Amino acid sequence: MSKDAVIEAKNLTVGYGDYVLLRNADYQVNRGDVFIIMGGSGCGKSSMLRVLTGLIRPLKGTVIINGTDITSAEESEVQKIREKSGILYQSGALFSSMTLAENIMLPLQQYSDYSPETIRELANLKLALVGLKGFDDFYPSEISGGMKKRAGLARALALDPDIVYFDEPSAGLDPISSRNLDDLILEINRSLGTTIVVVTHELSSIFAIGNNSIFLDAQSKSIMARGNPNELLKNPPNEEVYKFLTRGGER
Amino acid sequence: MTLTKVKKEIEIIQTGKNTLTVMISGDVIGRNVESSLNVLRDLLQSEIKKISFKEENLKNWDSSLVLLVYEIKCLCAENNIGCDISDLPHNLQDLIALAFAVDRKPTRGSGDDLSAVEKVGKGTLDLWRKVANVLDFIGSVCRGIGRAITFRSVMRKIDLWSALEDCGPKAIGIVCLISFLVGLILAFVGAVQLQTFGAQIYVASLVTIGMCRIMGAIMVGIIMAGRTGSSYAASIGTMQVNEELDALQTMGLSRVDFLVLPRLFSMLIAMPLLTMIADFAGILGGAFIGIFMMDLPCQEYWKYAFNSFHLNNFLVGTFHGFCFGIIIALCGCYSGLTCGRNADSVGKATTQSVVCAIVWMIVVTGIITLICQELNI
Repeated sequence: MSKDAVIEAKNLTVGYGDYVLLRNADYQVNRGDVFIIMGGSGCGKSSMLRVLTGLIRPLKGTVIINGTDITSAEESEVQKIREKSGILYQSGALFSSMTLAENIMLPLQQYSDYSPETIRELANLKLALVGLKGFDDFYPSEISGGMKKRAGLARALALDPDIVYFDEPSAGLDPISSRNLDDLILEINRSLGTTIVVVTHELSSIFAIGNNSIFLDAQSKSIMARGNPNELLKNPPNEEVYKFLTRGGER
Repeated sequence: MTLTKVKKEIEIIQTGKNTLTVMISGDVIGRNVESSLNVLRDLLQSEIKKISFKEENLKNWDSSLVLLVYEIKCLCAENNIGCDISDLPHNLQDLIALAFAVDRKPTRGSGDDLSAVEKVGKGTLDLWRKVANVLDFIGSVCRGIGRAITFRSVMRKIDLWSALEDCGPKAIGIVCLISFLVGLILAFVGAVQLQTFGAQIYVASLVTIGMCRIMGAIMVGIIMAGRTGSSYAASIGTMQVNEELDALQTMGLSRVDFLVLPRLFSMLIAMPLLTMIADFAGILGGAFIGIFMMDLPCQEYWKYAFNSFHLNNFLVGTFHGFCFGIIIALCGCYSGLTCGRNADSVGKATTQSVVCAIVWMIVVTGIITLICQELNI
């Protein structure tokens, strides 16, 4: 594993039971990267994210995160890795019975030694960072989809993670909210130096935020291309990647 | 002049008559901020006009430093004091700018700041709205039954069979077990008193009349409210969360025909039959105690049980089961259809369906008992 690598996947085969989604994938995510996992529907992007977050084990291969192989590590070690990671799910996945502040306070109460007052203030700060200052006592049912994603991001950032994973961050958002969320992702990446891994097929987001990427292909069940998405657009390695990055090719 | 060192990494210095400087150095990781803020609040009582931040050899820092700077900046804004963070690292300055770049103000629907009279009025209107909704639902179900009787309903037969299987054959096991145990308990409790008069043989009559008249129906009602009514509320509530109910509506399909009628009809068929099964299971439970524990002669026991078995009692019990079936199905479906759009609401709908069904079953039992009393049944 190179010095700068935060995540290193080696010979990774992802699937469920006998059904293989992706074979023998190798890639590396460096510290401070905004790394995009892209590809068409059914190519295994979300499953890859579930492997990276330790929710499922790969059929074969290893995933080394900050020096620990999470595919063979004990659950307690994987949990320690998870504490240094934040995840923003498609719908925000906020707990509906808790206020926004309580949602953010939950991981802080579980895994930090801060006093209750500081935890409360930190929750308010995280909400302010994502543009939701003053919404601390709102319930998820009282806010819009875009705001839920922002609140989900505030919760993902609660423990100052090294890596933040995003599952389809633009899904269900209007173009302006989507652009604002992209800006927020970049700002967090720049200000905190957080490594960002984004699973998406939203082209505008891919080109706006990504500085490294892999392209998964459902047909060949492999990584078909890798590199900066803007470079891939300029020099597409094959027809499939070109079509994907140009929404089916020029018409 | 150094005023205080809250932690060795954070030092508050008075650098001028009206100026404070917060010196930050080393590692600022996992710090609680209250002590620093309390010190600053005390210092702000004097004539301070400006607070500046200076960093000296600042190495590692986390959200606690961001929080400290953010809180001090908020404090300065509240007290009209200048705050200079230009000496702090650029990424920290960016984060503070981000935290202050609020793009919307929180607004909530009305209702938080109502007077007591307005709250009573609003509560009354809400109650009336709920009653109207329930009546509307019952009306829709009646119209749906009308459509079903005249073969104009969109109810699918497969849904009816599936619901019937779920609340019929699959429920027999638990109904038999619980009713058998209730008959057993009834016999035990009765036997203790009857033995004192040497009248233990009447345990057979007690259990037979008790189970057939009301206990069988009540036990089936409670089991089915918890088992099936709650599952109706949860499944329809989850459909609400997944927008399946909206899809039905936009396709022009009646929710009542599609979701409520199969469940209602299956309960109407299953509940009386389950009540009959429960009656016999309870009588068997009583016989088990009478014959095996109290050593009553088997023939004698069954003779007394048979003599106590009146068709009127049996039919009243079965009618209870029929009414309970309507109550459980309607409470379950109504709770599901009026469920909110999150996981918490599904839980609440499930609880509401069980509580409502049990309360209404007791109310209906009271009404039927009064009517039977008047009619000498």
